[in-house]
Amino acid sequence: SCRICVITLAEAHPLLQSGKTIKNINYQISANCSRLQNKVSGKSKRGAQFLTELAPLCRISSSDGEEYTIYSCIRGRLIEVNENILSNPALLQEKPSTEGYIAVVLPKFEESKSITQGLLTQKEYEEVLLKRRSSAS
Amino acid sequence: FRNLGLPLAKDDIVQLKEAYKWIIHPQLSEELGVPADGKSLFEVSVVFAHPETDKECHFLATACPDCFKPAKNKQSVFTRMAVIKALEKIKEEDFLKHFPCPPSSPEKLCDALEIQCNNGAVFVAGRYNKYSRNLPQTPWIIDGERKLESSVEELISEHLMAEFKADSFNFSSSGREDVDVRTLGNGRPFAIELVNPRRIHFTAEEMKRLQQAINDSSDKIQVRDLQLVTRSAIGRMKEGEEEKTKTYSALIWTDKAIQREDIAFLDDIKELKLEQKTPLRVLHRRPLAVRCRLIHTMRAEYIDEHHFRLHLKTQAGTYIKEFVHGDFGRTKPNIGSLLNRTADILELDVESVDVDWPPTLAD
Repeated sequence: SCRICVITLAEAHPLLQSGKTIKNINYQISANCSRLQNKVSGKSKRGAQFLTELAPLCRISSSDGEEYTIYSCIRGRLIEVNENILSNPALLQEKPSTEGYIAVVLPKFEESKSITQGLLTQKEYEEVLLKRRSSAS
Repeated sequence: FRNLGLPLAKDDIVQLKEAYKWIIHPQLSEELGVPADGKSLFEVSVVFAHPETDKECHFLATACPDCFKPAKNKQSVFTRMAVIKALEKIKEEDFLKHFPCPPSSPEKLCDALEIQCNNGAVFVAGRYNKYSRNLPQTPWIIDGERKLESSVEELISEHLMAEFKADSFNFSSSGREDVDVRTLGNGRPFAIELVNPRRIHFTAEEMKRLQQAINDSSDKIQVRDLQLVTRSAIGRMKEGEEEKTKTYSALIWTDKAIQREDIAFLDDIKELKLEQKTPLRVLHRRPLAVRCRLIHTMRAEYIDEHHFRLHLKTQAGTYIKEFVHGDFGRTKPNIGSLLNRTADILELDVESVDVDWPPTLAD
């Protein structure tokens, strides 16, 4: 009922697997848009950048040359992005579900219930991963 | 009037409603058999209509057209401000051309449209203790459904409403605590405005009995120092909300083991500066901001390898739970960062609200 969503890297994300070092995190997702310039004011968070499911939040490059785009996956207003991971990228890998979060998003009041229902529970996610691994081998 | 040679100023002119009161008070007094008091809490309001008077000032529109501009919100162009402006602008000769001085006598009597009686609000103050971890301060209702039974304000106000025979109440307090937080010690100051009370005179004895009745009715809350106060008292209470300190006791859990030596240093930290971003748990209804708050003193009590109790004295407005768990790193520093572990809060109690109002009553 609080409706606030915190976007973090999923457990199975390549960046969280061993051997990966983060080289750079970039919140500038296009020439005109930097998530760092997001400014909200007031209770209703006016001025926030509006995100759709496929809106990029940031691009992360690892030392082995790979680049990953992290998507919002949730429709709503961007409240803030985590600037702590800019100064300390290791935080993203050490504490991905807490201090290493990526962004905070507030969905519209009307959409919040349907969004929650569209998400997977921890158990459902683990089943997806199991299936993925067994079909890969 | 200047021509008559009388030294009269604007303030010497009697206001219509004053004249009306001078006439009506003795008449009401005689009829009801009680003295009339212009400053009493019992208010009778009478609304009169006199269309003739309404039209009286319309000539000003032709004399000073620029003072009267129609606006969307106004019912009539002839607002009090507009008329005053026009009267200041108009030259005396022009005024006299359109309006006789002294004015002519009215042709019709006015009509009393509405008569309403109202009792002025009274204020009851006190301090409350909260012993339940399942009680909200105000009723918790979502989509018309009550999520938790009762509330602090209802448990206190219900009895007052009945005794004072009021229509409604407004409850306010010097800060608030969460549903799952107890308020111990001297309790938290509160004030209740009772709207349209039909009974307002209570002796100190009667107030004591009222306090006892409230305390006997529930073990979730207890009140003390229950007393009648003036409206200005509310300001003193709200002052406490922003300026004074509060002390707390928090039961803290840590993921990695701790020994006594690991938490001893907390006792020596004084005036710790925190930067707290608006906690995620309230972010849906509060603006995003960063608050600087001070933790004045702390005292840690070791319990076991994963638990300790922290007593703290903080500046008003500090989010204690977020200071313990860090709120995703959005409150810095936090207990977790100070101890280099992951910490969480299991229980929180308010030990004191350091406001010396309302006055303590002797038992």
